[in-house]
Amino acid sequence: MRFVDEFRDAELGRRLAIEIRAAADPDRHVKLMEVCGGHTHSIYKYGLDDLLPSNVELVHGPGCPVCVIPMGRVDDAIAMAHEPGVIFTCFGDMMRVPGSDGTLMDAKAEGADIRMVYSPLDALRIAKAEPDRQVVFFAIGFETTAPSTALTLKRAKAEGVANFSCFCNHVTIVPPLRALLDSPDLRLDGFVGPGHVSTVVGARPLEFIAADYGKPVVVSGFEPTDILQSVLMLLTQLRDGRCEVENQYRRVVPYDGNLRALEVMAEVFALRPHFEWRGLGFISHSGLRLGDAYADFDAELRYAVPGLRVADPKACQCGEVLKGVIKPWECKVFGTACTPERPIGTCMVSSEGACAAYYNYGRFAREKQLV
Amino acid sequence: MCLAIPGQVLEYVDEDNRLARVDVAGVHRTINVALLDADGVSVAVGDWVLIHVGFALSKVDEAEAEATLSLLRSMGADFEQELAELRASVIE
Ligand code: SF4
Repeated sequence: MRFVDEFRDAELGRRLAIEIRAAADPDRHVKLMEVCGGHTHSIYKYGLDDLLPSNVELVHGPGCPVCVIPMGRVDDAIAMAHEPGVIFTCFGDMMRVPGSDGTLMDAKAEGADIRMVYSPLDALRIAKAEPDRQVVFFAIGFETTAPSTALTLKRAKAEGVANFSCFCNHVTIVPPLRALLDSPDLRLDGFVGPGHVSTVVGARPLEFIAADYGKPVVVSGFEPTDILQSVLMLLTQLRDGRCEVENQYRRVVPYDGNLRALEVMAEVFALRPHFEWRGLGFISHSGLRLGDAYADFDAELRYAVPGLRVADPKACQCGEVLKGVIKPWECKVFGTACTPERPIGTCMVSSEGACAAYYNYGRFAREKQLV
Repeated sequence: MCLAIPGQVLEYVDEDNRLARVDVAGVHRTINVALLDADGVSVAVGDWVLIHVGFALSKVDEAEAEATLSLLRSMGADFEQELAELRASVIE
């Protein structure tokens, strides 16, 4: 058991595993969704699922920001990158996400000036250093990342950096969760709530899961013992017939979130009527665009892009993986045609993606072990 | 890009733009700390913060920072990649 060998708090982990077994109702199959890709990563890194009884199943949610970008948006990004004079900037992970005709990495090889940046502020610095070029930043991410883009845009506006623009693909966490809860092919019993998104939005916006759907939520930290403790808290709620939002990650996540971050997001962004998610389709009010006061910085208004909806490749089952309907290794191309080196779908690209996490930790197929 | 890495604030380098120098696992870089400005309190030299895409996202205590760092170190290549990207960052 890797967990016991490698984790510094192995003893606590072992104790939690015993308590989990005591709290779980042996006659009930329980499905808990971990929303955040960071959790998925820890679970497979430490083999936490091996510590759970066989009737407690962890399924992976849509919380990897790279994984949810649909193909059409990658195509639009590539079109912008090919515009004359453009320096196109993006996070490293996005370079490898397939569009309908290759990746940004391929476009770079074909001569487009595409640069990997660590921060939107790096993109802004490039714009200031190269005033004769147009610098576009490919903004992706949930509320964890959106405030950073917002602050960067505020600064660009204050300093009048006219050659800077943003291709906004920020998404919000609540609408996809609601869509999953409304989806008939999935029956979930509770949620391991996202850690970093919650530092911004707080735990409060997750209350609808308990109030409207009667499911418990525990916002969780990322360490193995955090996740095990959150699973225990969820099982305890289920055993006691409660459904509440609890905050296991209180040491980092304030229940009301980061008010300053929420303020700047509200100032800079506006909600789109709907936004397409890879594999999940269009979800109402789930994506952000630049607000009217920032229209001058909106790359979608500056450049004519295809703006097409592109169907996912037939072989790709990322949608089912993102909804937790299938496990990554159940996808027909998992580990064969689709690998982290040559991904077909997005879930294989980022280390937070469920397919990449399975692949990297050798989970090609497995039966649930009885522990 | 999903990781939030802990770093310790070394000094402010540009108070107006809320930029501070931090030490992240031995790498010294400039980040923005504006998201932690609230009601007249802001980040102080010596504080530990979780950093995401060049912005401090939340304040943490030293023990939490240590624990998060050791978790990240255990991720191996992914953490190395994140540090390499941070090293290439020049925020002014
Ligand atoms: S194996 Fe590849 S194509 Fe299949 S679900 Fe995972 S990322 Fe998508």
